Amino acid sequence: MTVILVLLLLCIFCCLYRVGKGPTAPDRTVAIDILGTLVVGFCAVYSIITKKDLYMNIAISWALVSFIGTLALAKYLEGRSFDE
Amino acid sequence: MSEAAGWVFIIIGITFDLVGCIGLVRLPDIYNRLQAATKCVTLGTCMILLSVFFFVGLNSVGVKALLCIWFVLITSPTSAHAIARAAHRSGIRLWVGSVMDKYADDKEGTEDTA
Repeated sequence: MTVILVLLLLCIFCCLYRVGKGPTAPDRTVAIDILGTLVVGFCAVYSIITKKDLYMNIAISWALVSFIGTLALAKYLEGRSFDE
Repeated sequence: MSEAAGWVFIIIGITFDLVGCIGLVRLPDIYNRLQAATKCVTLGTCMILLSVFFFVGLNSVGVKALLCIWFVLITSPTSAHAIARAAHRSGIRLWVGSVMDKYADDKEGTEDTA
């Protein structure tokens, strides 16, 4: 299980590289979106190790909040308001 | 038996996650990166959550993992579509090696007044 966590951390560092380097704003938005999905996977693996459902609660709420954040960033990049 | 299935799914999932993140780093423009990253990470994370279900069985952790699969499957393609549309509308060019841009052809005739 520790190997899986280390590989997920490697993926997270790849995403952070793209957040820092990404030439345009949508590149950074994509990287942040994928980062949220990877954190959900990280919480899932951690809940296998500890067998507690606390971490799955964190994963579900993280998935939903990251979705709303990504939609807000996409609407902002498009230059529109939220009710269009 | 169930634990072996969990290991198989978690290895498939972590492979897809790694391939998606390599694509996110290596591919040339935003649309290619979006394609690689979103497909691979959605499938990868869903496989990891499914392996949680196989490891712990049908208790509160497993059922929440299945619920989380449902949420990720609904929300991830939606946000990818929104980002691709926003990137195209905010005027980001395609990579020079791209062969066609159907969305720009479609938009020419029906430019909306927003």
